[in-house]
Amino acid sequence: MPEVKKIATRESYGNALAELGREHDDVVVLDADLANATKTNIFQKAFPERHIDCGIAEADMMGIAAGLAATGMVPFASTFAMFAAGRAFEQIRNSIGYTHLNVKIGATHAGISVGRDGASHQCNEDIALMRTIPGMTIINPSDDVEVKAAVKAAYEMEGPVYLRFGRRAVPVINDRPDYKFEIGKGVVLREGTDVAIIAAGLCVHSAVEAAEMLAADGINAMVINMHTIKPLDRELVVRAAQETGKIVTVEEHSIIGGLGGAVCEALCESCPVPVKRIGMNDVFGESGPSAALLEKYGLDGKGVYKTVKEFVG
Amino acid sequence: MNKLLLQKMANEVRKGIINGTHAAESGHPGGSLSAAEVLTYLYFEEMNIDPADPGNPDRDRFVLSKGHAAPGLYSVLANRGYFPVEDLVTLRHLGSYLQGHPCMTSTPGIDMSSGSLGQGISAAVGMALSAKLRNKDYRVYTLLGDGELQEGQVWEASMFAGARKLDNLVVIVDNNGLQIDGKIEDVNSPYPIDKKFDAFNFHVINVSDGNDLDQLDAAFKEARETKGMPTAIIIKTVKGKGVSFMEGQAGWHGKAPNDEQYAMAMEELERVEEALCRK
Repeated sequence: MPEVKKIATRESYGNALAELGREHDDVVVLDADLANATKTNIFQKAFPERHIDCGIAEADMMGIAAGLAATGMVPFASTFAMFAAGRAFEQIRNSIGYTHLNVKIGATHAGISVGRDGASHQCNEDIALMRTIPGMTIINPSDDVEVKAAVKAAYEMEGPVYLRFGRRAVPVINDRPDYKFEIGKGVVLREGTDVAIIAAGLCVHSAVEAAEMLAADGINAMVINMHTIKPLDRELVVRAAQETGKIVTVEEHSIIGGLGGAVCEALCESCPVPVKRIGMNDVFGESGPSAALLEKYGLDGKGVYKTVKEFVG
Repeated sequence: MNKLLLQKMANEVRKGIINGTHAAESGHPGGSLSAAEVLTYLYFEEMNIDPADPGNPDRDRFVLSKGHAAPGLYSVLANRGYFPVEDLVTLRHLGSYLQGHPCMTSTPGIDMSSGSLGQGISAAVGMALSAKLRNKDYRVYTLLGDGELQEGQVWEASMFAGARKLDNLVVIVDNNGLQIDGKIEDVNSPYPIDKKFDAFNFHVINVSDGNDLDQLDAAFKEARETKGMPTAIIIKTVKGKGVSFMEGQAGWHGKAPNDEQYAMAMEELERVEEALCRK
């Protein structure tokens, strides 16, 4: 069996930016002293004059991005999710959200798969924070293929976009000829009738693995890759609820306010069914290898399988 | 520079500030009045702008980082022809395009939304950087309060502007000496302001009377000639300037005149106008 290609979505981000930079001279990339980690250094090598290192000053970086966008450039402001959505929340809210300026925020190192850096750097709150900003689009791509499509789509749309990437290398799962990316449209990876697993980011792969294990037990799980968390594909969420009657959400994010929260809000209003949210259960993360952390918090394939099996009963 | 014309205009701007805040029953007259001359100078003398073409990509930009002085900015924009002066009394009213703090998506002529202190200067820096990246020769001006200097983001932005040698950027500090809780040196002193900007690699100009148009004229000319570094113009002003009972009073930072105070203020401004017209 050939080995599955693995690449971290932050690295895909760097590559996608370089590609975008070749096509569009209004693309400018900002970083806050993390270019080697966010992988914007790939863009920097290709276009040093359009890569602006703002130093360790994320609040200022968001404001500079707003100023660049207000004068017609398309800035991609990049740092760790903790320092983008977390530290610079109010700058994003007031200087980018309220103004609806054309700023793209590239937030890497999201979730607990950050690993050994520990809880201070594992941002499990960013989706919740960004979701409350009117007009903010939030995309959490699941693999290399999707990052490239998402970065391109973010550039092509007018208005602020929060792009969420991970540190850990993840398998390429969307490498197929019929793959199509559209902001706000979830992708059904597997049809099913017993339960629907809705996942985002690297958890999409866990969901796919879990569905395979569940199938062996005779449980037929639908799997949805919900790459866009805002605007949420409510139509698809409702369809999944109607067809399966049970929903599980999976994300490396707090179960409060993220994908799970968004799905629950949609279902409560439109099609109430039992929901199980898998994610960080109102706790901080900790240091450790990323694989071990995903296992401990039930976010790997096996963990998702176990929780879904119990939930389906 | 036609000083008399600008003096008359600054007085008109003051009337707009009093009209707006009185009608709004709220708002910030003190820090708007202290900046009346500098705002007038920028929009009627210094900046390359055209009210008929507010979206021109090559225009000079202004960011009111001390966004609470919106009544002052609105009054200048209205008098400059961006929108009717009569609309100033809709300030802060439900449905008005004149929001409590500047909003670029609702008001013609506003280059950047602001109001949360410390953020405007970063956007101004981004605009100045944008010009450098694309070899455009527009200039960017931003007005900060002296209390605003307590925000850390001001210094993040200043460090970047100095390091990047953004000589198309002018940072103006309205040093009226008062903030909501009292004197700036009693609350959390930002002094010495000039030495701070100097240390952040700015060309620094101290203006001893920032309500004097001749001094402002000299300062902005010097800024224009400064190459290789951004300029900080620190203007010593009087909070509430032009309305005697508001002058030097922290209490008038964010309080509107009532009907009686409104009448007193307008009478005083009318007298100034008559005196200027006799000149």
